[in-house]
Formats: sequence, structure tokens, C-alpha cells
Amino acid sequence: MTTDLTPSGLRDVPVSDVQSSRKDFTSDQEVRWCPGCGDYIVLAAVQSFLPSLGLKRENIVFVSGIGCSSRFPYYLDTFGLHSIHGRAPAIATGLATSRADLNVWVVTGDGDALSIGGNHLIHAMRRNVNITILLFNNRIYGLTKGQYSPTSEPGKITKSTPAGSVDFPFNPVSLALGAEATFVARTVDSDRAHLTEVLTAAASHRGTALVEIYQNCPIFNDGAFDVLKDKDEAAARLVRLQHGEVVRIGDREWVHDAHAPNPSQAFEISRLDDGTMAQVPIGIFRQVSRPTYDDQVREQVHLAKSREGEGDLAALLAGRDHWTVAE
Amino acid sequence: MTKQVEQLEQVVIRFAGDSGDGMQLTGDRFTQETASFGNDLSTLPNFPAEIRAPAGTLVGVSSFQLHFADHDILTPGDTPNVLVAMNPAALRANISDLKPGATVIVDTHDFTDRNLKRAGYADNPLEDGSLDTFRLHAVNLTSLTVESVKAFGLSRKDAARAKNMFALGLLSWLYGRPVKSTEEFLTRRFATNPAVRDANLAAFHAGWYFGETTEGFAVSYQINPAPMKAGTYRNVSGNLALSYGLVAAGVRSGLPVFLGAYPITPASDILHELSKHKRFGVTTFQAEDEIAGIGAALGAAYGGSIGVTTTSGPGIALKSETIGLAVSLELPLVIIDVQRGGPSTGLPTKTEQSDLLQAMFGRNGEAPVPIVAPQSPTDCFDAALEAVRIAVAYRTPVMLLSDGYLANGSEPWHLPDIETLPLIDPGFATAPNHETESGDRAFWPYQREPQTLARPWAIPGTAGLEHRIGGLEKADGHGNISYEPANHDLMVRTRQAKVDRVADTIPPVEVDDPSGHAELLVLGWGSTYGPIGAACRRVRQLGLSIAQAHVRHLNPFPRDLGDVLRRYDKVILPEMNLGQLALLLRARYLVDVVGYNQVRGLPFTASELEEVLTTTLKEMSS
Repeated sequence: MTTDLTPSGLRDVPVSDVQSSRKDFTSDQEVRWCPGCGDYIVLAAVQSFLPSLGLKRENIVFVSGIGCSSRFPYYLDTFGLHSIHGRAPAIATGLATSRADLNVWVVTGDGDALSIGGNHLIHAMRRNVNITILLFNNRIYGLTKGQYSPTSEPGKITKSTPAGSVDFPFNPVSLALGAEATFVARTVDSDRAHLTEVLTAAASHRGTALVEIYQNCPIFNDGAFDVLKDKDEAAARLVRLQHGEVVRIGDREWVHDAHAPNPSQAFEISRLDDGTMAQVPIGIFRQVSRPTYDDQVREQVHLAKSREGEGDLAALLAGRDHWTVAE
Repeated sequence: MTKQVEQLEQVVIRFAGDSGDGMQLTGDRFTQETASFGNDLSTLPNFPAEIRAPAGTLVGVSSFQLHFADHDILTPGDTPNVLVAMNPAALRANISDLKPGATVIVDTHDFTDRNLKRAGYADNPLEDGSLDTFRLHAVNLTSLTVESVKAFGLSRKDAARAKNMFALGLLSWLYGRPVKSTEEFLTRRFATNPAVRDANLAAFHAGWYFGETTEGFAVSYQINPAPMKAGTYRNVSGNLALSYGLVAAGVRSGLPVFLGAYPITPASDILHELSKHKRFGVTTFQAEDEIAGIGAALGAAYGGSIGVTTTSGPGIALKSETIGLAVSLELPLVIIDVQRGGPSTGLPTKTEQSDLLQAMFGRNGEAPVPIVAPQSPTDCFDAALEAVRIAVAYRTPVMLLSDGYLANGSEPWHLPDIETLPLIDPGFATAPNHETESGDRAFWPYQREPQTLARPWAIPGTAGLEHRIGGLEKADGHGNISYEPANHDLMVRTRQAKVDRVADTIPPVEVDDPSGHAELLVLGWGSTYGPIGAACRRVRQLGLSIAQAHVRHLNPFPRDLGDVLRRYDKVILPEMNLGQLALLLRARYLVDVVGYNQVRGLPFTASELEEVLTTTLKEMSS
């Protein structure tokens, strides 16, 4: 059942020789999310967790798209790129492929990642680029003021669906598993310990790690995840996944194998939530090792250089079929 | 048998056949033989968008035209002196481009009732006298080929496939071409399949001997080498030269090149070519779509690579938002648009100067982008280096406008001395650049270099330069988000001023006016250089005066362009569009530039432009 999950996703990132703290990762920018937004909690968790990676701060890059969550990079004192709607995985792919020494994060939301940027998301996951994607799922469009999103529940009444949404939602974890992702996890903004545990595993995963974070929007979709936050309710509804440990639901029980090469069991688990949130699995669904796109691309470049030697430009330009005109 | 050898100054040959007949390959090989012989040359491939259109139909005809001469030439020629037609459709699709007296070599094998009908012939043109004005050689090339390769045990179908090499051998004899390069090529190409290799070599030789021995070809021709500047030469297409320019830019900057691209005609060959040059530190990324192609290139540029994306018009439309982001981020990025007929999917394999206005204005907001356009296949090399130079020096996306004619056309290239190629200094930021009020050192990502207005290129991994940038408006200097009205006005004007300052580093307009007193200026940009230049030569041979200038930098324009335009009584501007540069010039300089516009998916011919120019001159003098 054990799978070799080395090398670490952080293998080529330089390590810092000084101990850093949350303060070092906090930029001087005023945070501009609405009061009570779940993004604050995630930001605080990330700022507190990043020092534990022990990396050089200048080698960490956060890339985001458009949406409330995509303002995230402004608030971290790392390198940050706030790009355009849906395209962060594509930009991060180019960055991570060309720079093995960087720890690259993508911060995105349910609209950014699953609607306008759906194509880039699935292709990043199938390629297995060495990036960590934090997908903040609040099941609503916040920054455009309250339209339904690709994860909104059917029938949802919003500004753009006064008669109720007739869209059927994505289950982001199922989608990621279907897109050949090698690391898929879900966590909840309110559970800081769990969030940090999942982030730690995701950051050290070599390949694309997708972390869905249930995040509350207090303005346009308040309480979307309340049933998972109430202590008693949560105990009944949350299914906590730990690799190698027994999972019990009613009279069913099995040993969770996040390292299984076949994603079928992980997919089945992802379907436990039928949309009613009666059973909501959280934790790491899948964590397997597969050669990453960027490692293989760099390896091809490296091999070409070591086999054929560094390129000789004059020889390239002259080619095979050239001729000389004498004075 | 001794045959007569006739001396010619120049010849235009067109090979035409089904898109599966190997006409492009035949043309390429004849071009290579001609290049190594030392003629000046220019080529024009013309093929359908369909890979294998139904055999024997007009829509499936693929052709390759080659103009070669004992003197310096500028175009692939207006009308072929020789047409090689491999089937009835190829004959019918091309015959109307020939003038009486032209030579027509036809493979008679497919002139069956069925194929004649498929090509739209009611009667067999080989028999009905309709080709009487031409010098017709009706030869069953296919049967001769099959006969000549009998020894190699190929199926009849495979044997017949070597007919293009038979035709190549015949034409090679007819024009006294050196055959070594083709022999070597065939040996290399079919190294793993000896039977096919030997059959192609045999067919090629059989074609040569057929010309030498048969009485049907009484004369062969000699076209002396053209006088050329001393040096080493090779033949290159525009897409190949452009690819090499990008590799050279990597070498001359010391930076890795990262190409993010999605396959699209006629730009894909650049992706194919660059994917071969990993040893130069070139990375190619075939993206999931056009947007991801440029997105990844921009991500790589952010990380310190030379980020490049290649596409054609429809792809530019998809990349527009990311180009705008690059304008806002002020990062170096090279966007290569190999233009084709539009709008929409348009004419994928045909040329057009379709996208100047899209390159200029196709973004939201005030988003100026420098634009460079090569004027010939070989110039694509220098234009690529120039685009990278501007992108890096000014931290800006740069648009390079090639087109289908430049991309696939080829000409001899005088190889540059590597040491003379421009050096490109990335000039990465290495340390904080600002002192705060409290006396601390800080990094301001939008603090500019006073001369160029370029901002620092501060790549991740550089300690002390951690910063956040994005597509939201930034405050001048420290670069934090700012919605302040005066700041936005300043930033919009500054971004424009930065692009305007590129003009400080571009040369003045070169005007070719041998007489020194021309009253008519013919202006052009991009691939029209060849036909305009050829037309000007003809006009001057008639004893008339005309000035020619070609604009390489389309944004910003050279500083003296307005003065040059105003110097002439009349300015005429041929464009393969409805007047896109004319619109820009009229708006900018208030000069009454007159357009001559054709959008047929084909380059101008020198003779039509000669007609336009002489008519204009006549009108001016009357």
C-alpha cells in the first residue's frame, strides 16, 4: 500500500538559512475583503504555514486569476502575480516549467477555476505540472456581486437566476480526479488545523496538487457551509479521510488508500456528497506519484545538451545545404 | 546525341499536382539544387487547407512556383514559363496563368475519361487543340516511373509514388541543375527503407536520362549563377528564418527561450522547428489553447525567459486579453502573427496583410504595443531579433507581423556573422531601487529608467525584490493598486510614451530614389516589398522616376516618416487588405496616401503593380 511519494515538490527550491515568521510573509498592503470573509482565515493560515516550509521567501510565487480570492497574492510578501480571469494555471505552467527553483502556487475561486478557466485547470492537472492550486469554493460569484457559479446548487436563486438556477454543478474533487490529478484534497476554511495539514501535504507533493477549500462568502452566500461548521452537525456529516486509516459511514467501513494507482475508490468517495452535504468527505482523496510535465521538459532539454553539446549557432544557421560564393 | 543548350536569364517554373503528389517536396528539392547552383531565386508554395482533398479535383491541387535567375530577383514571378502538371486538375487549375509559348509538361497517365470529368474537362485538352499555343510535352511520367523502378519490388502504387522524383529528374536535366543535394537528401530521407530509397533515386535518374535521350526535348537551358556578395549562403523559408532568429536571440541574450503555442496554420512550422533546438536552451510548450500558449509564455517571461508565442489572426483574437495584461505588467514578450486571410477562419493557407489594425488596436483600453514587420523570408531572422531587442529593452510585448507568403516562401540567405548580431542585455534588477522616507531600501517595481521609461525586470529568486504586480492599475513608482484618477491618467500616458520612445532606437526611413527627383513615392510594409521592388525596377527601366520606401516599424513609426511622405506629390500604398496602413498614416500625418488594395489570398504580381504605378505616373504628368 505504500507508494514512494518522493521526490518532494520542493526538492529544487532553495532553503532559507534564517528562521522566518508569519510577519515576514505579510505584505504592507491593507487587506480589502469584506468583514467576515472566509478568505481572511485562509490567508492567516497560509501566512502562518509558509515559514514551516523553510524556503527562501524570494523563491515563492503566488499566481492568481480574477475574483475575490485572487487578490490573495497582494497580501503575501512573496513574489506575486495577479493575472486575468481563469488563466492563472496557464501562467503558472510557464513559470514552473521554466524555473525548477520556484515554489509556485495558484490561488483561484470556483468561477475562476471551474468556469472561465476550466480548460486550463484540467490540462494543468493532466500534465501534472509542479504547482499547488488552492481553489476557494464559496459556490457564488462574489466580486461581480452575486451570480450563481459552477458549484452553486441547482435551483439557486441569485441576481442572474431569479427563477432558480437550472445549471447542474461540478463537484470539484470529482472533476480533478477525472482530469487525472495526482493530488486531490478538500478542506474547510474554519478548520485551521486541518487546512494546515492539507496545505503541508499539498506543498510537498511533486506535481499538480488541487486543494478545494470550502470558504464562506458572508455577503452573497452566507452560511453555505454552516452545517459543516456546527460542532454536532459536523461530527455527523464530515467524513475525515486519512491514508491508511479506517473510514466508517453507517455500517460501511474501509481502509482509505489515497495512494492507490486506480482513482476509482477516490472517485467513489468524492460522490458521497450527493449535494445535500449529508456526508462530506474532507482530507486527501488521492496522492500518487507520476512524472511531472515540467521535470520531463527540463530533462529533455538537459539530455539534448548533454548528448549533443551546447548549441553552435553558426552551425545551425549554415545547416546542411549551404554554398559559398567566393570574392 | 548532342543537344542544343540555350542561354536564359531567368525562368519561372510551377510544379502542380494533387495534394498527395509531393509537389511541395519536388519544389523544395528543385529549389535546393538551384540555390546550390548559385542562381538567385524566390519561391511561392500554394496549397489547399485540406490535407488530402479528394484526388483529381480542382480543390485538391497543390503547387509550388520557383523563379530563378542569373541576376538579383525579388519575387517568385508573375507567370510561369514552365508548368509541370501531374493530372488533369493540375493542368486546368493552372493553365490560365500561362502566356502563349510557355512550356507545359503533362503526366498523361491520369488523363482518363473519369479524371477529365472530375477536373471539369468535357474533352481531352491534350487532343482537342486547346493547348496549341503552348509547347506541350505530353508524357506518361507515371508509367515511365513504374517501369524504371521495377527492380525494387514495390507495389504498383508505391512505385507510382516516385513519379514526382521522375519529374524532378527531368526538370533537373532541362535546366542543368546539380543533382548531388537531391541524391543525398533521398538517401537520408529513406535511410530506413532501402527499397523506397533506391526506387526514388532510380526514378530521379530515369527522369534525367529521359530528358537527355528522348527526342521530345531537343533543347536544354542554361541559367548562369547570379553575381552575389561573397560569403556563405543557404536557402531559407520565412518560418525557418524566424525560428532561427528566436534561437539567435536566446544565444545573444544568454536567456532561455520559452515558446508557448497552439498549432495553427501557417505558424505551426515555427513550433515544429523550435522544438528541435533544445540544446540551445529552447523550451516549447504545446498548449491546450491559444490563451494558454501566451499565458505560459508570459509566465516564463515573468521568470526571466524570452517568452514567445506564435499564431495567426484567429489566435491573436484569443490572446488579446493576455497581451493587454503584458502591457500592464510591462514584461518582455514576443507575439508572432503569421497572417492569413480573414475574417474568422478565413483562408488558412493563403496570405493577407490582415492584422495590422488588430495588432495596433485589438485590446481593451489604451494598450500600445510595438509592431515590427519583416519584408522578405530572410528578413524574418532579423525581425525576430529586433522584436526581442525591443521587448527586452522596453519591457513590453512586441508584435511581429509575418504572413503566409513570407512564412512559406524562400530565398537564398547570406549567412550573418554571429558576432555582428545585436547583443541583448536582459539587465535584470538585482537590488532595491528606492529609499523610503524612513531611510530603508525598498524595491519599487514601477520606478522607471529615465531614458527608455522601462521598469525593472525583477525575476523571482532575487532576494529583496519580492513584489506583487497584476492587471489592476498600479500606482506610479511603488506599483501598489491605485484607482486614483490622476495616477491612471499618468500611467496611461507613460505606457504610451514608453512605446513612443522605441522610435529613438529605430533607423530613419530608407528611400530608394535613384533619379533623386521622383514625384511619386510607393510605400509598403511586410511581404509586399518583393513585388513593389520588382515593379519599381520595371518602371525605372521605362525611363520613369519613382521612389520606394518600406516601413519595417509600424508602431511606433520612424521619426522622419511624416517628412518623407510630405516630400512627394503623391504617395501610393499597395496593401493586401483594404487599406490598414493607409488608415494609420492618414490619421497620423494628414497625408493623402492612396491605397492600391487586393485581397485575393495571393501576393501582388510585379506586372500588376507596374501597371498601377505607370498609370499613376501618367495621370500625374497629364
